[in-house]
Parts: sequence; C-alpha cells; structure tokens
Amino acid sequence: MDILQILSNTGSSLIAPATIGYALAALGLAMHFGFTGLLNMGMAAFMAIGAYGYAISILTFGFPWWGGMLVGVGGSLVFALILGIPTLRLRGDYLAIVTIAAAEVVRLLFLTTTFDKYTGSADGLSGYHESFRAFNPIPDGTYGFGPWEYNANGWWVRIFGIAILALAAFILWAVMRSPWGRVIKGIREDEDAVRALGKNVFSYKLQSLMLGGVFGAMGGIIYALPASVNPGVYVTSLTFFVYTALLLGGAATIFGPIIGSVIFWGVQTLLSNLLPAMVNVGLLPFMTTTQSQTVRFILVGVALMLLVIYRPQGILGNKKELTFVK
Amino acid sequence: MNTAEYRRTRRKNRRGVLVALIVALSAAFSLMAMPAMADEVNVDEYDNSIIGNVKLESVALEGVLLTISGGGYEVEVATDADGRWKVGVPDGDEFTVTLNEDTLPEGIAVIDEVGDDDTPNVKEAMIGPSGSTVMNFFIGRGERNVTSFFDQFVERIVNGVNFGLMLGLAAIGISLVYGTTGLSNFAHAEMVTFGAVMALIVSVDLGWPVWIAIPLAVLLSAGFGWSLDAALWKPLRKKGVGIVQLMIVSIGLSLALRYTFQYFRGGGTEQLPGSDSPDIPLFGSVSLSQTNMISMVISIVVIVIFAWWLVKTKIGKATRAVSDNPSLAAASGIDVDQVVRVVWILAAAMAGLAGVLWAYFRPGIRWDMGAQILLLVFAAVTLGGLGTAFGALVGSIIVGVLVETSSLFIPSDLKYVGALGVLIIVLLFRPQGILGRKERIG
Repeated sequence: MDILQILSNTGSSLIAPATIGYALAALGLAMHFGFTGLLNMGMAAFMAIGAYGYAISILTFGFPWWGGMLVGVGGSLVFALILGIPTLRLRGDYLAIVTIAAAEVVRLLFLTTTFDKYTGSADGLSGYHESFRAFNPIPDGTYGFGPWEYNANGWWVRIFGIAILALAAFILWAVMRSPWGRVIKGIREDEDAVRALGKNVFSYKLQSLMLGGVFGAMGGIIYALPASVNPGVYVTSLTFFVYTALLLGGAATIFGPIIGSVIFWGVQTLLSNLLPAMVNVGLLPFMTTTQSQTVRFILVGVALMLLVIYRPQGILGNKKELTFVK
Repeated sequence: MNTAEYRRTRRKNRRGVLVALIVALSAAFSLMAMPAMADEVNVDEYDNSIIGNVKLESVALEGVLLTISGGGYEVEVATDADGRWKVGVPDGDEFTVTLNEDTLPEGIAVIDEVGDDDTPNVKEAMIGPSGSTVMNFFIGRGERNVTSFFDQFVERIVNGVNFGLMLGLAAIGISLVYGTTGLSNFAHAEMVTFGAVMALIVSVDLGWPVWIAIPLAVLLSAGFGWSLDAALWKPLRKKGVGIVQLMIVSIGLSLALRYTFQYFRGGGTEQLPGSDSPDIPLFGSVSLSQTNMISMVISIVVIVIFAWWLVKTKIGKATRAVSDNPSLAAASGIDVDQVVRVVWILAAAMAGLAGVLWAYFRPGIRWDMGAQILLLVFAAVTLGGLGTAFGALVGSIIVGVLVETSSLFIPSDLKYVGALGVLIIVLLFRPQGILGRKERIG
C-alpha cells in the first residue's frame, strides 16, 4: 500500500478542476437555497448547459474559448428564465420536484441520439481544448512541488478556475451585503412580509435563480475544461453531491460552499484510493475492490443524512440563518 | 414518391424504430448480463472493440456474418446462439460494419431506418472515448411491415395503462406518506428497488418458486417500511425536524440505499424467473406477454382493495382525516402515530410490489431501477395533486400512457421528456394538480 501516493492524490484533488467546479456550483446553490430559500434541485442542468454550451459552440460553430463560455453562461440565463417563470410561484418541496424534473429533461435532451451531431449523445464531447490552451500565458514545462505538480495546461486550467471562483465568491459577498441582498434574505425569512413592503418577490427570486445559475454554468465549464463533456456526469446525483458539499460547509455562507467542496473531494479521493489499497493488502477481507469503490457513495448518503439532522448549519454556518430548520 | 408509397415507408419506419428499440434494449441487457458469451474475434489483441446483437423481435439470429473493416484492418465475425458478436479493433476511429444479408433467414432483411439509405446493412462505427461501440442493425420482416398506425397506437395505450398502473402502486404510497407526514420521500425509489431485489434473492439465490418469492418480497418490503419509520422517521418527527430537512434526509437515505444495493448486487442487470414469457395476441396486432397480463391484473386488484380500505375501513378513514388536518385528527382522538405507521407499511409494501412488476416490465433488476422511475412517479403525483391518493392514480395512468404513446411521435430515448414536460406545463396552469387543492402552492 503506497501511503505517499494516496496522500499525494488526495492533496492534488484539493485544487482539481472538479473541486473548483463543485465549489462554483455550490456557491450558486448557496445563492438559491442558502440565501433565497429556493430549493433548486436542478443544479446539474445549469452545469450541463454551461459545459455543453461551451463545447458545442467551439466544436460546431468554431467560437473562441471566451465566446464558448459566454454562450454557456447565456444558455444558463435563458434556462433560469424558462425554469423560473412557471415554477417560482410553487412552494418549497413542489419546486424541488419540478426543478429536478427539468434537470432530467435537459440531461435527456443532451443524451438523445436525435442531436448526436451536436451533442455526441452518450459519448459526450471532447477535443475543444485548442483555443483555451492557445491563450495560455504560462510557458511550457512542469511547475509546482509535492502533490501539486502540473504542466503548463494543468496550471492554466487551475489558475483560471480559481480566479473565476474568487470572482464569484466576491460577487456573492458583495450582493449579499447590498440592499438587494437584504431583500433576498427577507424573502427567505418571510416572503409575505417582503411582499407587504411593496417588493416584487417573484422578480427577486428570478434574479437570484439567474445569478446562481450563472455560477453553476461556470462550474460546469470549469469541470469540463481539462477533459471532456460526458452526459453521465449531469445526473440527479450530481445535484445531491453538490448539496452535500454545500451543507457540509454551511448553506448561507460565502466560504462554506468552497470549504465544503474541498473537503468533499478530498475525502472522496482519499477513500477512492485508500479503500481499494486496503482491500488489496487484505485489510478489508469482506469486500472486493469494486465494492470498495461503492462504499464512498454510501458514505456520502449517510453523511448527508447525519449533517442535516445534527448540524444543518454546516461547518461555518450560523443556525439563525437557517429558516429551513424548524 | 406518391402518397401511398410514402405511407408505406412511414409504417415501415415506425416498425423499424420499434424493432430497433427492442434490438437495442435486448442487446444492452444481454451484454450487461454476460458479455463474455458473445462470439468474439481479436478481442484480446486490441483494447477497442465493436459489439452488437442481431435479433429479430427478441429472437436471436445465429450464424449471421458481419464484416468489420477500416484503416487497412478487416475481420469477419459470426453471431453466436444468442445473436451476439464482438470484435476487437486497432486504434483509429472509424470502421465500416457490413451485415451480410444473404446469411439472414429467408424473408428477413435489414430495414432502412432513415428512408433514403440504399444500403442499410452497411454502417459506420465510431469508437468513442470508452473504447467500445455498440453497433446494431434494424432487422425486420418485409411482409409484416403492415401494422397500421391505429393498431400500434392501441398497443401502446394498453402497454401505457399497464405501466401506469405499476407507477400508480408506487405513486399512491408516496402520496399517502406526503399527505400524512408532509415528507416528499425521495427514498421511495429505493423502496421500489428493495422489493425487486428481495424477490430476486428469494427466487434466484434461494431458488424458491416465484409465487412464494413475490408475496414474500412484498412482506419484506412492508417490514422494511415499518423499520424505516420506527428507526428513522418517527424519531425525526418527535424531534420536530422541518419538512425541507426531512426531504434532504430522504435524499441522503436514497443515495445510501441505492449504493448499498450496488454494493451487494453489482452494477449489472439480473432477471427474475419468467421474464421471457411468450406474447399472447389479444386483438388486431395487440399482444401482451403473459407476465404483463398477470401484472396488470395484480395491479388492478391491489388498487381496488386499497381504495376499499381507504374509503370504507376505520383506519382508512383515519388516514384521510390525518391527510386533511393532522392536528384536528389528533384532537378528535385519532392516534396519528399509528396511522403514520400503517401508511409507511402500506406504502412500502405497494412500492415493493411495484418494484417486482417494474422488474418484469423493464425487464431486469438493477441497483438504480427505482431511481429511473422516481421522477415519473413524482410527475404522476404532482399531476394528480400531492397528497391525494386517487389523484396519484389518475396522474400515474396519464403519465404511463403518455410515456408509451409518445414514442410513436418522438424518438424513443426522449419518451420520458414528454411526460416530464407535461408536468411542467400542467403546473403552469394548474399548480395544485388535477385533483389537488389550492392551498398546496406557496
């Protein structure tokens, strides 16, 4: 059992593009769920639209990388409008069911062979890196130390991702301390009271859905940036995993979603390396290596249950900020 | 092309789509079950592979020759007794797969699915990032391409009602639990899978006959529902945990249970005994398999008994009272905890039965089979109106028929989209659902 290799992989996962993508999506959910109180269970669709918007506009229409990102973000804004207008009047749990259904519709549309020419159906999309890599200011070579040793492209994706994440966190922090943010929090606490003050609650909710959706779309793009767009990623479980990361860090906080995502991926990578290694040296005689890869997903489910029951405010959160806890 | 000719082609195409679906599905299932059985050529030499399954209406065609060529590489393969074939191919992305039509039985040909393809038996195969590609042909009988649109439509409606009744068994449970406790239970999907997995364990692993296995699976499901309530939901209710929190707990439970099934049963598909029963023609071109007919009868009987229970018995009336107003029900001397316990047991038992029927309908048992229909069940419940048992039944049948008939008009891999799309549209105009009440919207 190579402990050093396992620790190195775990360390590397802390700033992996997938972690950054989750953190961005979790920030979006913090906007929706933590601050506005919208139980959006369709975050996977925002991520899918971001990733597919980016990949399709580059592969099919020959856009440059920034154009692709604008298309992905624009697509998520349109989706937020289409999703929000019929559903935002619905109560919490109803909204959850409808958003999860909408997310599944989006996934099936990307998966169907009908649009195979554009979406690659079950194979997904890949080979859209050229434009983004051509823009890489870092000279060729390998940089870094210990677990964090990547080539120029590896660093470029990570630095770009972290910059976007920092920008998103700053935007979220800035809007939540503005008057707009106070109205948003007011909607979470008591929708009718805010309505009585003459605010258009529906419009505020829609704006929140759009802003969080843009974060989700950027998360989807960063997630797909180094490798490929695979329709198997954007299943409903993705939304649940992002929720786990969000609730772990703290739903109504700025840094909670980021810390939650880093811990989520750190633990996931650690377990996915450690458990099979333990099986191989005979420490877990009652399971196979395949089974040991399943264990970590069981643990995610159990962790989500325990978190919500015993510490719904997460690591950083304040219990007073949680109206979903009665 | 004149009109009559055009119609003929359309019919042919529809038939083709249907056959293709069956071919693709059976290929997918059988490959998942035992991939090593296929007739394999050069599989060990190369990492990439092209696989396929030649079947006519789920009957395997043996000894059909296929030629795979591309990039200077050419290999011939024959299908095995199960109609399967597999070839390893070198790196390189495009290959041409040619099915030799002379090796097909008399009167059978590869169907032209596009409508303007002169050589439907020649196909291009692209190797995806997974290193493997499935290549299936649309095989049909010339003289049988006369199924009228109306006949197909009727057949789909019959299938849809069957599917809808099965969904209804699951939906009624979700709706009852929602009505009495306010919980939108995402783990209901895993209660569906639980029933199927239990039936599988009893009938296949223990080798007991099916007629014992299925009732036993339903009983075990009922026990599962009771223990979930006793161990998890009742303590949480006593603690006064909020509705949204409970919902997220159910999502966690759903993930944990789903992967537990995968842990013990693996990622493949397994079949219950009797899943390959013959089709029995009813009228016109409508035919239903024996198991489908039995499953329909079981669904109807169970639903009728349940309706009688809900309307006539004392505990059924108490359940409706708790659904209506839990505090008032408690004040009038109804033991709410007991009602909720009974509801959990019933919901789990019906979900377990739905799981067994879903295993026959799909066909096959998989660790995530419940999650595959969870959204359809939610769509049905929301359509009918959350919390109303009969609304859930009406919604289920609408969703079932919609899913089955929609594949006549839209590609079959989008058939769930139609049902989920209708859900969203209905909520636009009638957010409370068909039989629901206004107070349920925020």
